[in-house]
Formats: sequence, structure tokens, C-alpha cells
Amino acid sequence: MSALGTPLRRLEGRDKVTGSARYAFEHTPEGCVHAWPVQSTVAFGRVESIDVDAVLAMPGVIDVITADDAEHLNDADDGELLVMQSRNVAYRGQVVALVVAESLETAREAAGALRVEYLTGEVGPDVVLTGDHPKLYAPETVNAGFATDTAVGDIDQALAEADVVVDRTYTTPALFNNPMEPHASVVTWADGRLDVVESSQGTTSTVQILAKLFDIPVDDIVVRAEHVGGGFGSKGSPRPNVVLAVMAARRVGRPVKIAYTRQMMFSIAGYRTPTVSRMRLAATRDGRLLGISHDAFSQTSTIEEFTEQTAEAVRHMYAAPHRSTTHRVAALDVPTPRWMRAPGECPGMYAVESSIDELAHELSIDPVELRVLNEPASDPETGKPFSSRHLVDCLRRGAEAFGWDGRARTPGTRREGGRWLVGTGMASSLYPAMTAPSSACATAHRDGSYRVEINATDIGTGARTVLAQIAADALGTVVDRIDIRIGSSVHPLGAIAGGSSGTASWGWAVTKACRSLTEKLASGTEIPHDGLVADADTTDDVEAMDDVDRHAYGAQFVEVRVDLDSGEIAISRMLGVFAAGRILNGRTARSQFIGGMTMGVSMALHEQGVMDARHGDYANHDLATYHVAASADIPPIEVEWLDEQDSHLNPVGGKGIGEIGIVGAAAAVANAVWHATGVRVRDLPVQPDALVSRLPVR
Amino acid sequence: MRPLDYRRASSVDEAVALMGRPGPVRLLGGGTNLVDLLKLGVESPTLLVDVTHLGLDEIDDTADGGLMIGATVRNSDLAADPRVRERYPVLARALLSAASAQIRNVATTGGNLLQRTRCVYFMDATKPCNKRVPGSGCPAIEGASRELGVLGTSTECIATHPGDMAVALTALDAVVHYVTADGAATIGMDRFHRLPGDDPSRDTELPPGAMITGVEIPPLAFGPTSTYRKARDRRSFAFALASVAAAVQVEGDEVRDVRLAIGSVAHRPWRARVAEELLRGAPATADSFRAAAEAEMAAATPTEENRFKVDLVTRLVTGTLLELAGGGR
Ligand SMILES: Cc1cc2nc3c(=O)[nH]c(=O)nc-3n(C[C@H](O)[C@H](O)[C@H](O)COP(=O)(O)OP(=O)(O)OC[C@H]3O[C@@H](n4cnc5c(N)ncnc54)[C@H](O)[C@@H]3O)c2cc1C
Repeated sequence: MSALGTPLRRLEGRDKVTGSARYAFEHTPEGCVHAWPVQSTVAFGRVESIDVDAVLAMPGVIDVITADDAEHLNDADDGELLVMQSRNVAYRGQVVALVVAESLETAREAAGALRVEYLTGEVGPDVVLTGDHPKLYAPETVNAGFATDTAVGDIDQALAEADVVVDRTYTTPALFNNPMEPHASVVTWADGRLDVVESSQGTTSTVQILAKLFDIPVDDIVVRAEHVGGGFGSKGSPRPNVVLAVMAARRVGRPVKIAYTRQMMFSIAGYRTPTVSRMRLAATRDGRLLGISHDAFSQTSTIEEFTEQTAEAVRHMYAAPHRSTTHRVAALDVPTPRWMRAPGECPGMYAVESSIDELAHELSIDPVELRVLNEPASDPETGKPFSSRHLVDCLRRGAEAFGWDGRARTPGTRREGGRWLVGTGMASSLYPAMTAPSSACATAHRDGSYRVEINATDIGTGARTVLAQIAADALGTVVDRIDIRIGSSVHPLGAIAGGSSGTASWGWAVTKACRSLTEKLASGTEIPHDGLVADADTTDDVEAMDDVDRHAYGAQFVEVRVDLDSGEIAISRMLGVFAAGRILNGRTARSQFIGGMTMGVSMALHEQGVMDARHGDYANHDLATYHVAASADIPPIEVEWLDEQDSHLNPVGGKGIGEIGIVGAAAAVANAVWHATGVRVRDLPVQPDALVSRLPVR
Repeated sequence: MRPLDYRRASSVDEAVALMGRPGPVRLLGGGTNLVDLLKLGVESPTLLVDVTHLGLDEIDDTADGGLMIGATVRNSDLAADPRVRERYPVLARALLSAASAQIRNVATTGGNLLQRTRCVYFMDATKPCNKRVPGSGCPAIEGASRELGVLGTSTECIATHPGDMAVALTALDAVVHYVTADGAATIGMDRFHRLPGDDPSRDTELPPGAMITGVEIPPLAFGPTSTYRKARDRRSFAFALASVAAAVQVEGDEVRDVRLAIGSVAHRPWRARVAEELLRGAPATADSFRAAAEAEMAAATPTEENRFKVDLVTRLVTGTLLELAGGGR
């Protein structure tokens, strides 16, 4: 009997719904005070003066920290973390001062009352990304270390010789992660030791970065993140909140709490850059791709280079002898973009899968068939073998389950009830299957129970539960016998909950530790009074993995209804079929797929950071004006997965499922809107503005 | 902390008297708009006077067959009232299309009428706004204006009244009852909200220091053939891009009478008098509905960002009237 594969409920589910699970901000050490950041109201310039004394005189205010007296920080490879190290302002919303007070209310009020004068130039801020922005340049590498540009064959020649060429530009706006729980930290600094409770996707790296920034030995730092209310990438590395809290705690000598407001999430938490993608496809009349090219443009800040790897996905998708990808980035007076669910793949595949849909129409070939026609036998750019690739199976299974056959070739032809235009669309999904080194420790007790420790982080995904299932199987016992300990840097080093790699990475270390413990037990080793311990580390195992191309794949199908009276779009059906290796827990996995697809719908139809070019901030910086999909926007989403065996992965056999659901979803929606209306909208989100004047009248 | 007094008024007269205190003093209904604005630093009263315990939470029949709605009747209760649903479906639907169930459960009739604009510059105290700080300028005209006004705008302000309920009440010719230190008075919905002109700081013609006590809806024989349609960026919990409140009386193939108001296109709910005039006696067809809507929107002065609203309103009016006329073809 195996624990894995059973749809076990979250182990901490009851604690969460009854409120006994405590999130970072709910920890209150004795004597704790509150810090509140003061954010720049100009997008570019220098702080001229700050009237600290007036605020220090307010009752309950303990301290005000500014660039003039903030402690020196070492560079830890992220300019966003070098808070208050100079008077320069790089973007609107950057932290220029920190107020520390006895109560949250006083800290907030004092921060609001702090008078800050700025020196700004004559010219306004440079905050609007375009595909021909003069500041665009080629970075050395792009996010996750991928190559900036790649080329195979001769794309120009392919374009010149093709029967059919698609040359189109697609854009996505700035998108903001907005997990339910905004960033928060509670910091205690006492006797040269730093104790941090943090809302984080991985506290191992937080320890290392804090050590570097503040010159504190790693052994003197503990960072805990027991329960985390989502992150979507924005908590994948420390954000300014924890640096500010540590700075304040060291200075005032008392524990310090800090939390972002929802508004702060739109400037100092990271976000997805707006992207511009030029896609060029060259094809023969019978639907063979001769060439495919993706030129991607994005923004970064002037204090840290972050280049979204938007054109990475296309390197792995379809066969074509001639290929080219480029990335260019412009450093603007904006906050630094960072990771948001499927960085690179998500905006990139929106462009790729939209352009493939346009090509299918040009060729009069069914979009599913066109993808099948161009299925590669090995990685189309490097020629590396696939560990496993079942994209075609996902496409076929999805088409069958959705009822794709018989779809009208001509768009805009299906009218219902006089008022609705109905259409369907689809797109492929892909996401890399990654594994990072981790360590774990398993202990057997005399009463037949086990303790398993690893610094994994459960950001709401169900990771804790799945790790207990993995341990139970490896130990040949039941989940009830496992005491799983995660979410603290006191445990063996674990990789971050990011890149859909958490369960693969931690699961490997847990499996290895548990197997080693089982062997010890089998060899008759006596269990000492305080338990028999086995440690494991997977650094060498990960290093020794085969050099193959590992990705998860999927196919998404959508039906939309467009209201002729308003151009409003309603999604009536949505289906995703995924091939992501072994599915370890059907309940939590389904939630990840559905969550990703939902976020993709939200990206397709709703989410949009609106840049206020005059003031240099995102004008709609709250959840009343920055719309995420509401329940009413999401139909019952159907999810299926294929039974995929892949021996080139970690021993647990999963490819990672946290991000693939969002990849391709927006393209499937936009393709369906085109099929319903005949109107191709190439700038997300697809909203009534773009449709209303171009629809037939009733 | 900013000191803020809270008083629960025990009578309308006491509430009005408290409004005369040095302030700013604000009346507190459900607080769903006012408290947000307090947190954002847009409003900074020194005294809040809670008016939700004055027995103004009843809906009464009037002698002529209309309804008198107390100022603190909650939006959800008003929408659920069988008389409202029967006689004025346009009002029930407008209410239900607004905000979220949680907000409707606490929002009051008086507070809903006086909700402020959702212009992002008005809501952000770090930016200029002529409505919030007269004379500071209007960045919306050249800035984020997609959701803002296209009719009756001024060079000072292009904000909209963003609400739904008031649009229905405007179509229904409702009358607002209020009390000031000088006594009780009324004002019709078509004059209640203002156009911005050169003083956008004033949303309404309600005299300073007034407390709304109720809203009276006169009888409307063809009220049962009325409805509310709202176009928005998501299917729930979003303000309107544009909305239409309409009631129609069709005889044979002809429009005998019609009430039409448009929401989220102007500083006040926009009573479409031009269209109404054209429609009376016109054939009940998509073409004549469209022509009437186009005539109404001919006066539009949109920005680049909100130009789509002109077409949107035209379509929404046409579709809504078709639905009411029983066509829908
Ligand atoms: C996220 C969000 C989404 C929303 N979406 C919508 C929507 O889609 N459509 C929509 O129409 N609305 C929407 N609303 C607005 C909502 O309808 C209003 O906030 C609500 O109706 C206000 O009523 P209240 O009783 O809470 O008013 P309060 O916030 O208590 O008061 C509002 C104003 O009215 C004044 N006031 C209150 N009562 C009286 C009185 N009796 N006499 C004189 N002055 C009075 C107050 O002083 C204040 O200035 C939304 C609100 C939020 C927060």
C-alpha cells in the first residue's frame, strides 16, 4: 500500500481554517515594536531633506532611520535589498525612511507625517517600456542564467523562402503577484543572534543573504516560515521588508515587526515586467515550420538588472531548422521586476501560442494538427534527447475530451440567442522540470514513529503533506507515524519553493534519508534512546543527473462567449490536460493546476498594472482597481493528467506542477476570443475596449 | 495616532446638530466608502456621527403606490424587498450588480448615494486632484482616464459618479429627502448629483450639514418592464465601465413611454433625455434604439483612453431596450 498517489488532505488544513496556524505577522515576541516604511513620492531624483525631528517628537515614536544614518550593508547581489544606502531615488515607492514606533498605528501615522523634500530634474521619469525604447540593451544573461540570444540556421533566409510568414507583436502588461498574505517579518536581535519569522518561499537563502548584508555568521541566524499565505515567486528571495526589520531591530534593541500594505505590494515586492514579443514564423503551405523567431523586450530598474527569460520557452517547443531568439532589456525609473509564477514561460508562451494560432488560420490547418505536425523528436535547439515528452498525447486527449472536432474554421460564425458570439481556442503549455540539491534528516524512534526534517517551505501548496507521504512510502509506514518538520533554517538545508522544483528537490532528499534509515534498521542497528538518525544530501545526485531535456507539457482548451452588447467576455468551459511525471497527491495537484489556469485567465482578461507616466507609479495599486479574476469569471475548470513514467527524474518521479497551469492559458483564452469574434487582440488583457467597436451589431 | 471621535446619534436632530460642530464632521452609514477614504488620507474628519440607529431602516408604501426608503436601509435588504423586485426590478438589479455581498450587507441607501468617485487620482492623496484639493490640477485628463467621464466633463475634472443604485433611482425620478438645521426639504434625483464645472469638489447639490433621511420613489406603471445592465471588466465586484437603467412601455410595435439613464459616464447618473425624446412614438426596433442612443452620445467628449465608452453605451442601450421590448432578436 502506497501513501503516494492518495489524495490526502493537508495535514495543517484544520489549523488553517480554525485560525490556529500562525503566519509571520501573528508572532509577537515580548517587547515588540513596529516599523513602517516611508516611500518616495517621486520616481527619480534625490532626497534633499527629511524632517526627522518633527516626527521623533511625536509620542510613541522610537526612531526614524534615513539614508543619512542607516547602517552600512554589504552587497548581496540584489540592489533592491540595499535599502537607504544613498539619498538617490530610483523609482516611485522606493523606501527613503523607516519609522519605528511603539504601536502599529503610531508608526503608520508618523510615517505619513514625515516631511521629505526631493530634488528632481526638469525631465519627467522614464517609465514606459516600448519595443523600440532607446535604452534597450542586450544583457549578459537572462533570468535563471539562460543565454540572451540563440541562433540556429538562418532565420532571414527561412522567412524569405517560406510560403507563409506570420510576423506579429504581442504585449503583456505589468502584473503583480499579490499573494493573500502580503510580505511580513518579525525580527529579534539579541546577544548577537538574529531570529527571524518571515513570510518566505525559502528561508535557507534568506539566512545566507542576511548574513552577507549584515556581516553576521550564518550560524547566528535562524529564519522560520512555518505557514505562508502564498508567494507566486514574490517571496522567492528576501524583499526589502526583512532587511528593514533587521536594521531596525539592531538599532532599537527590541524585536521589530513589519508588514507590507496591499498598496506596497505594487512597488517593493517585485512583479512581472511588461513584455513586448515580436514573433516571426516561416512555414510551408503544408504546415511545416521552416523558421521560428522570438524577439523579447522587457524592463528592469536602474538599481538591479532582472531580465525576464521571455524567449526561452520557444527554444524547446516546435521543430524548425532555422531559429532565433533575442532578449533586450531597458533600465527605467521603475521598481525592479522579479519572479512571478512561471517567469519567462508565462508571457513567452502567450506570444508563441498566439502566433501559432495565427499561422494555423493562415494555413487553414487545425491548430491542434499544426502543433502535432511540428512536434520535434529531440530538443529542437540543442538536439538533446527528451527525458519524456507527451505533448502530442495531451493535445489529442484534450481535443477528444473537450469535443474539439468539428470546430468551425471560420471565426465569428457561431451566434447564440442573438446576443452572444461563441468560440473556442487552445494552446500548449510547457514548464521545465528542475531539481536543486537539498538535505534531509530522518529519525526512527523506539515506538515505531519517525521524525523527518528538512527546510522545505509550504506556501499553501500542500508540500508538507506530500513530503510526509513520500517519507511514509520510503520508510514503509503510514503517514500518521511521520512527524514532518519543515519551514525553519534549523532543519537541514532545503531548496526554495520556486521553479516548480520544491517537491522534486526536497522529495529526493527525504527519500534518500528515509531509505538510508531503513537500511540501517534492516541491518539490525539498535535504536538508541533518543532515536536512530540518518542524514542525506543530494548535491552529488543532482550533479550526476543525465544531460537530457526535462520539461512538463500540457494542452489547454477554452470556450468563450462574447456579449455583442458590450464586448464583455465570459469563459464557459476550460480544460487542461497535463503530462507532468508522477502525480503524488491528486487533491493538492488538482488545486495547483486549477490555480495556475485561473491565474492565466486572470492574466488574459483582467490583470493590468496601469503606469501613470506622469508620476511614475502603477496608478491602480490596490485590489479594487487592479482586478484579479473573481469567482464569477471562472467556470468549473476540468483538469486531467496523463500517467507519465520518467526514469530521468528524481526518485519520486514528479516533474513539478506549480507553474505549468498558468503557461499557455492566456493564449488559449485570446485564441478563443478571436475564434468567437474574428477580432485578434494582441495586447493583454483582452477587454471590451478592443472589441466593442469591431463586433457586428444586433 | 490621529484623534477621531465617534458618536452614535439618537435622533435626526441630534445628528444634524452635531454636523454643525467645528469639523470636519462626517455622517457614518455602513462606512464602506468613508472608512476606506479615511485610511487613504483622502478624508480626515475629527468626528464621525453614526446614523444607523435612528429607525430609518424601513421601506414603506406611500399613499400613491410608490415607496419611501429609509436612509439606512441596507443595499441587500432593499434589493431583496418583494415590492422593489416587483415594481422596480431596475433598482433591485442595479443594487445586486454592485460591489460584493459583504459590502451590500452593510452599505446604506444614504451612503450609497454619496459615495465618492473611484478616479485613481482622487483616491491617491500623494497626487494632484481638483476634487480633493481644489486648484491642484487634474492629471486624469491626460492620464489614467479609461474608466472616467465622457459626458458633461469639464477642463477641471472628468470624474464619474461610479455607483449603480443612483442610476436606477435617476431613471425612476426618485426624490431625496433630507434635513438641515433649517428643517426638512427634498431634491429630485435629476438635480441631486452635479456636473463638475469649475467646482469639482462638490459632488451634489445637497446643502452642507444636511442629513439624508430617505429616498422616495414615485409609482411607475411600466416599472415592471424595467431592467439594469452593467458592462464591466470582470463579472462581479467591479465598478461599471458603463451601465444602463431603462424602463419601457411598448404598445403594438411602438414605444409609448421610456425612462433611460446611463451610469459611469459622467459626474452624475446621466438621464438620457435626448434619447427618451426620440424614442417616444418611435418603432420598437434595434435601429431606432441605436439611433436614439447615438443621438444621446453625440455630445460625448471622450479622452483617447475612454473613447470606447461611446460605442459601448450605444450597444448597451440598444441591447437593453431590445430585451425589454421583448425582441432580443
Ligand atoms: C471594493 C468596492 C467595490 C465596490 N463596487 C461597487 C459597485 O460596483 N457599484 C456601486 O454602486 N458601488 C460599489 N461600491 C461602493 C459601495 O456601494 C459604497 O461604498 C456604499 O454604497 C456606501 O454606503 P455606506 O453606507 O457604506 O456609506 P459610508 O461609507 O458610510 O458613507 C459614504 C458617504 O455618505 C455620507 N453619508 C452616509 N449616510 C449619510 C446620510 N444619511 N446623510 C448624509 N450623508 C451620509 C458619509 O458621510 C460619506 O461621505 C464598492 C465599494 C467597494 C469598497
